[in-house]
Amino acid sequence: MQSPLTTEVLFLIGPIPVTTPVVTTWIVMAALILGSIALTRGLKLKPNRRQAALELLIGAVDAQIVETMRAPAARFRALIGTIFFFILFANWSSMVPGMEPPTAHLETDIALAGIVFFASIYFGIRQQGMGGYLRSFAQPSLIMLPLNIAESFTRSFSMTIRLFGNVMSGVFIIGVVLSLAGLFVPIPLMALDLLTGAIQAYIFAVLSMVYIGSALGGETGQANEKRS
Amino acid sequence: MDLVQMTSVAAAAVAVGLGAIGPGLGEGRAVAAAMDAIARQPEAAGTISRTLFVGLAMIETMAIYCLVIALLVLFANPFVH
Repeated sequence: MQSPLTTEVLFLIGPIPVTTPVVTTWIVMAALILGSIALTRGLKLKPNRRQAALELLIGAVDAQIVETMRAPAARFRALIGTIFFFILFANWSSMVPGMEPPTAHLETDIALAGIVFFASIYFGIRQQGMGGYLRSFAQPSLIMLPLNIAESFTRSFSMTIRLFGNVMSGVFIIGVVLSLAGLFVPIPLMALDLLTGAIQAYIFAVLSMVYIGSALGGETGQANEKRS
Repeated sequence: MDLVQMTSVAAAAVAVGLGAIGPGLGEGRAVAAAMDAIARQPEAAGTISRTLFVGLAMIETMAIYCLVIALLVLFANPFVH
């Protein structure tokens, strides 16, 4: 059985090896981009059925952002929405025969958690200024400084491992059952995998919202507003 | 199959088996508490279930860590050459 920690090199571009998860990621990205372009063509003030369904979807994403982050949705809609839909379709890409979810490999998850890590720094500095953001590490007191710094790394690490472990274990179990029992037996497990994939995409998006929202400095921000 | 590999397989099974007990109990308690809260306050079901999902993900991470350790032991064991 192939180790889930290694990746298969598909072809080489010059000296750079291109692995299977990278190609799957490109396919998912292309499907998402082309799908969004096709679905958002010809938007009208008076929506037809397709546009109404899209607006419902985006409205649900916006409501989640406003409820979780207590911030205007427009600034984070692109980032959070893209993270959610990318992970959702990446997890569900295992339904296409011959494709394996790119999130079942550690590299994709590290990249996604890295995006959230740098986004929280970016939004934190933009919201509170450089000094305010650095000072937020010493909240509520200076003793917490090493813990807060360590936390910002460990939570990225735990996000990586969580997504990787959940998706990879699903793929792995299906592989084991398929090799033990035969063709149609893993179908209920695949149905469970659809559910797990959707929940993991939701959880990753919610956790990114929580982490970026905490970098915005909820209480301190409100306190500053009250003072001014 | 030498002794190191045999112990590694046993260690992987023990890691997942024992490591799943704690998160299982914890998730059970969390879901029970959330059910109780929803039964008392059905109008807060949305907020409660969102917080529950995030909390379950946090608890579940412990079991996932055990799984990753088991996979490291099986596929990337530093003591097997």
